[in-house]
Amino acid sequence: MKSFTVLEGRVAPMDRANVDTDMIIPKQFLKSIKRSGFGPNLFDEMRYLDEGQPGRDNSQRPLNPDFPLNHARYRGASILLARENFGCGSSREHAPWALEDYGFRCIIAPSFADIFYNNCFKNGILPVVLPAEQVEQLFAALYAEEGYQLKVDLERQQVQTPTGETLRFEVDTARKHCLLQGLDDIGVTLESAGAIRDFEQRWRQSSPWLFDVIGREQR
Amino acid sequence: MAGLTLYDKLWRNHLVEQRDDGSALIYIDRHLIHEVTSPQAFEGLRLAGRRPWRLDANLAVPDHNVPTSAAERAGGVAGIVDEISRLQVQTLDDNCLAFDITEIPINDLRQGIVHVVGPEQGATLPGMTVVCGDSHTSTHGALGALAHGIGTSEVEHVLATQCLVQQKMKNMLVRVDGKLQPGVTAKDVALAIIGQIGTAGGTGYAIEFGGDVVRAMSMEGRMTLCNMSIEAGARMGMIAVDATTLDYVRGRTYSPRGELWEEAVAAWSDLHSDADAQFDKVVTLQGEAIQPQVTWGTSPEMVLPVDGVLPDPAQIENPSRREGARRALEYMGLQPGTAITDIHLDRVFIGSCTNSRIEDLRAAAAVVQGKRVAPTIKQALVVPGSGQVKAMAEAEGLDRIFLDAGMEWREPGCSMCLAMNADKLGAGEHCASTSNRNFEGRQGIGGRTHLVSPAMAAAAAIAGHFVDVRSLQETDA
Repeated sequence: MKSFTVLEGRVAPMDRANVDTDMIIPKQFLKSIKRSGFGPNLFDEMRYLDEGQPGRDNSQRPLNPDFPLNHARYRGASILLARENFGCGSSREHAPWALEDYGFRCIIAPSFADIFYNNCFKNGILPVVLPAEQVEQLFAALYAEEGYQLKVDLERQQVQTPTGETLRFEVDTARKHCLLQGLDDIGVTLESAGAIRDFEQRWRQSSPWLFDVIGREQR
Repeated sequence: MAGLTLYDKLWRNHLVEQRDDGSALIYIDRHLIHEVTSPQAFEGLRLAGRRPWRLDANLAVPDHNVPTSAAERAGGVAGIVDEISRLQVQTLDDNCLAFDITEIPINDLRQGIVHVVGPEQGATLPGMTVVCGDSHTSTHGALGALAHGIGTSEVEHVLATQCLVQQKMKNMLVRVDGKLQPGVTAKDVALAIIGQIGTAGGTGYAIEFGGDVVRAMSMEGRMTLCNMSIEAGARMGMIAVDATTLDYVRGRTYSPRGELWEEAVAAWSDLHSDADAQFDKVVTLQGEAIQPQVTWGTSPEMVLPVDGVLPDPAQIENPSRREGARRALEYMGLQPGTAITDIHLDRVFIGSCTNSRIEDLRAAAAVVQGKRVAPTIKQALVVPGSGQVKAMAEAEGLDRIFLDAGMEWREPGCSMCLAMNADKLGAGEHCASTSNRNFEGRQGIGGRTHLVSPAMAAAAAIAGHFVDVRSLQETDA
C-alpha cells in the first residue's frame, strides 16, 4: 500500500450530502475482476451524459458540463471536499479504488460512513473529519479561489489552508500508523500468528460445533 | 460494574489480542464469499503466495450477477449471456477450486442470495462472528451473531489470517415496544427506524434491536430488520437469542446435532444483553404507531407512512436537508404535496436479501391471490432468495398464485435490487421494491425506487399505485 505522509494539492468539491458508493462507482463496473482502472468511471452517472459500460472508451463520451470534476479549475485535484455521511451504502471497495485511481488521496468531510471510512485506509487514502462549520468555510474558500490548494499533514494531524490557518483532525493511532508507514496489514497481523493459533485452539475446545462442518462432505 | 451488552459479549468471546493503540484482533468464525467482492482478494493471496488460514470457515455462493430467467439459467455459468458477468461468476468457481473453498454453485438447489443461504444452511449460527464482502451481512445478526460487511482488502485479510483488525463500536439499543398493527411488517419497522434516526443515525454504533415487537417477530422478520441496519448507518445489527432463534436453527445442514446441539444451546443462553447493561444510546419506538412505510426519495431516510404527502423543500429549515429533498424530488419526478397513494408505478420487484424469504413470499401471495396485476404495470418480478425458498414456495403453490396474477416467477439471485444482471429499471420508471436502497440509479440508470414491504409491493402491483395494504385486506374480509 502507498504510504501517506504530507499531501499538498488542489481541491475539488463534491457538494452534496449522503454521497453513496453507488454514486462513486456504479454497479456495472463492479463486474471487473481487477483492482485498478476504475478512475475514468468515478462518479460515472454524474460525470457523463450517457450511460457508462465497462470496457468502453470513456474519452469519447459526452461530459456533463455542470459536474465540477469536468471543470478545468479542478483538474489534477488530489483532495476531495465533501459533505456529511460520505461513502454510505454498499461496502464495495471499488469506491476507494476509483477515487485513488482518479488521483484523490484525501477526502475531507464532516462525517463518513463506517465501512467506506475503513476501506479508505486500506488503499492509501486519508479520510479527514472536520467540523461542519470548518468544512463550510473550506467550501466558500474553494469556490472563491481558482486553483485552491490545501496541505494535509497526517503526522501532525492537521490541514493547512493557504492563509496559514491550521485545522486539527482526529485519527486513531492504529490506522494512522499503518497509513504513515504504508504497511501491509496482513503481514502485521501474521506477526500475531501464535496468538491466533492459541485462541483458535481454545475456541475449538469450547465451541467445537463451529469447526470442521463446512467442507466435511468433500473430505 | 455494569453488565455487558450482547455486542460486548460477542466481542469479548472473539478477542484474540487487544493492542495498545486501541485496535484489537478479532477472530472470525464464518466468512461468506460471493463473486463481486472476492476476485481481487484471491488475486492478492496469489501474488503474496498465501493460502487461506482455515478452509472450513469459508462458504462461497454466486448471487449478484446470476441471471434469474429460467432460460438463461439453464446453461449454468457457460449460459450467462453477459460476458463480463460470466467471467466474474466463472472466476469465483475457479478461485474456490484453486483454494479448496466450499462453493454452492449456480444451479445447486441451495444456491441463492448469500444472506438468505447462510442462515438457511445453518452456516451462520448464534454466537458467531460472520463477515462477508457485502454491507448487508448485518442480516446474520438476527441469529445473535456479530455480523458485518467488509471491503475486499478485509476479505483477503480474513482469508489469510482468520482475523480482522477492529475498533470497538459504541452500543445502541433500538427498542420497539408494544405490538404491530395487522398488515405492518418488519420492513415497515426497519424503515420507520431509519426515518426516525436517519441514514447516519447508527454510524459508529453496533445496534441491538429489542422490545416486545422484536421478540414477537419471526426469524425472517428479524433478518429483514437486521439487514437494514446498514441503511441506518450501523455496520451491524443484532438480536438476542431466544426460543424463536433456536427453533429456526435446529436441524439445518450445518447446525450442530445431538450432544453438540445441547452444548451449543447451553453456550447460546448467554447471548443477550445483561439486565444492567449500559447502552451509549437508546432509541424507542411504539409498535402501534408504525404504519406501512413507503420511501419517496433517494435515501432510505426519505420515508413516509402510506397516508403521507410529499414534503415541500421550502418548508425544511436545515439547508443540507432542504437541498437533498429538492434534488430527490427532482430525480424522482415528484411534486411536493403529492399523496403517496397518488404515486403510480411501472414495475414491481419482490426479492433481495431484505425480503425474499418464504414468509415474504407468503405475505405477497396472500395479497395478490385471485387478483390481477394492474394493466399499467409493465413488469412484476418475484425473485425467491434461494433455491430452497423457491422449492418451498412451489410446494405451497405460491408460484401459481403469482403467475396467475400476471407476475413473473424467477430463479434465485440478487436481481433487480442492484441490477447487476439483466433485471433493471428503465430511465424514469417508478418501481415498488422490497429491496433496501433507493439511491439514484441503483436499480438502473434513471430508475426511481420506492422501498416497501412485500405486502405493500404486492398491493401496489394490483392497484397500479401505492395503496394501504390494510384497506385491500379489509375489503376481502
